Amino acid sequence: MPAESVLLRFMEGEGTADLDAYLRAGGYAAARHALTALTPEGVIDIVDQSGLRGKGGAGFPTARKWKFIPRGAPLKYVVVNGDEAEPCTFKDHMLLERAPHLLVEGIIIAAYAVGARKAYVYVRREGYLARERLRQAVAAAHARGFLGRKIFGTEMDLDVVVHSGAGAYIAGEETALLESLEGRRAMPRQRPPFPAVFGLYGRPTVVNNVETLSHLPAVIRLGAEAYRALGPPALFSVSGHVRTPGVYELPLGTPMRQVIAAAGGLRAGRRFKAAFPGGSSSAILTAEHLDVPMDYEPLRAAGSMLGSASLIVMDDTTCIVRVVARAVAFYKEESCGKCTPCREGTYWLSQIFDRILTGRGRAEDLELLAHISRGMSNGACFCLLGESVPPSLEASLRHFRHEYEYHIRTGRCDVEEALAAAVVPGA
Amino acid sequence: MPPLPDEARDEIRRLPDHYEQRRSALLPALFVAQREIGWLPPEALQEVADLLDLPLSDVTAVASFYRFFFLEPPGRHLILLCTNLACLLNGAEGLRRHLEERLGIRPGQTTPDGAFTFRESECLAACHLAPMLMVDRERFGPLTPRAVDELLERYRAR
Repeated sequence: MPAESVLLRFMEGEGTADLDAYLRAGGYAAARHALTALTPEGVIDIVDQSGLRGKGGAGFPTARKWKFIPRGAPLKYVVVNGDEAEPCTFKDHMLLERAPHLLVEGIIIAAYAVGARKAYVYVRREGYLARERLRQAVAAAHARGFLGRKIFGTEMDLDVVVHSGAGAYIAGEETALLESLEGRRAMPRQRPPFPAVFGLYGRPTVVNNVETLSHLPAVIRLGAEAYRALGPPALFSVSGHVRTPGVYELPLGTPMRQVIAAAGGLRAGRRFKAAFPGGSSSAILTAEHLDVPMDYEPLRAAGSMLGSASLIVMDDTTCIVRVVARAVAFYKEESCGKCTPCREGTYWLSQIFDRILTGRGRAEDLELLAHISRGMSNGACFCLLGESVPPSLEASLRHFRHEYEYHIRTGRCDVEEALAAAVVPGA
Repeated sequence: MPPLPDEARDEIRRLPDHYEQRRSALLPALFVAQREIGWLPPEALQEVADLLDLPLSDVTAVASFYRFFFLEPPGRHLILLCTNLACLLNGAEGLRRHLEERLGIRPGQTTPDGAFTFRESECLAACHLAPMLMVDRERFGPLTPRAVDELLERYRAR
């Protein structure tokens, strides 16, 4: 791990869930500095120049989001998206479990910048340990005067409430999250108006991801230039066929090959086949993309996206048809049902994948998959959930069409057959 | 069905204090009721509706939307086996078949002795443990069939 890691050093070993451990590591100095020595506009400027972008998947510049908040509104909210349910993304949970004070400190800085006095952290139901550690962190910060009335001796008041989700991937979509927080079914809202203007209870609301806010102490401590010089840094969730799957802090722009190496590389004797660079919503990339820098623009140019920086690595034992079928099944399960292209499209796609994988595929199925996929693209769906299906489906049809064709023609899997043939009896 | 104990009713009445609008207390209130009863029978939904002064239809609509509200009694322990991508790539399908065989039920069902409800799960944000599962609030992984057997034995006794 590079010595200059800004998040991981708080997460390693015993972590810094304990307030004293966090303080020994320099914790809360950045929030204190922001509140006592900087104006809210000054904080926004630093964040703007730091290049910090949303880490939940959309990559929207954080300071720009904050600037949409009307200055004069009497009541504003900070809402933290800790729903983290994008397949194979696990950095936010690790942050909450091992370094929850990074988020608490980040919330203080963000609330000061936008003028909010109340923050909600929405954590998905399954994050029991994350929620427990965060609640303890909030209580400990409160007891030391870092939250509550007149924090750090200033005029600022701030309360943080930890709120549990109840099991719905769509609650990670920011307007669906607000609906859920208001006690309704988690279904996305029409935008505009955007949450910055009409958010929680109709009030101006900043919705930021856990990791995004956890970067703020480092941004303030280092200053925009020094922070930016570190990449800027990002947490990569690396999973799948690597030797040591985990969360790694690396500069944005690190080539995919090096991110895989950081996670121990591939297993002995295996070859790289493909990868999702940014969770299952990002288009699958192949070996020709191994040197693409993992950053917003280069990945877009390669036909994919950085998303939540969740690299899912697949080696040569992987049946791509099965993987894409499972991804489609996920979106079918999690579709909220509000709009037809998503609700029906994911269902039809799943039916077709089912028959292909059970030896009942038809020659015309590949064109049918592509046709349904087109019907879910380019704004056809109400939110990004349905639109998350076509990228990897279409990439798989382009790069691995022969695997689909083999399944349809023979009813068998060419990858499985090749593996079985490679096994030397008695070896 | 016994009504909620007084302490739980008071707890639910205090929940709206954290929010600008009372309705935000609905999900937390349903979890309080479920903690007390083990699931959400119609009487519990009615009681939550009364305590928060919300229409029963709204309460039911919300309770039926999210997967961690139980509208039927679950087993004593909830097994969530992740079968999403990182776990799939690391053998989750074999573990699913193993669990089906050991428990004698399919995903979504409860064992006849009431010990386990078994669900296939989407990604549980612990891919460094793949293939993994959760029992109640605990995560376990990377798993082997044998490790699964030991877990079942341990939890069946509880």
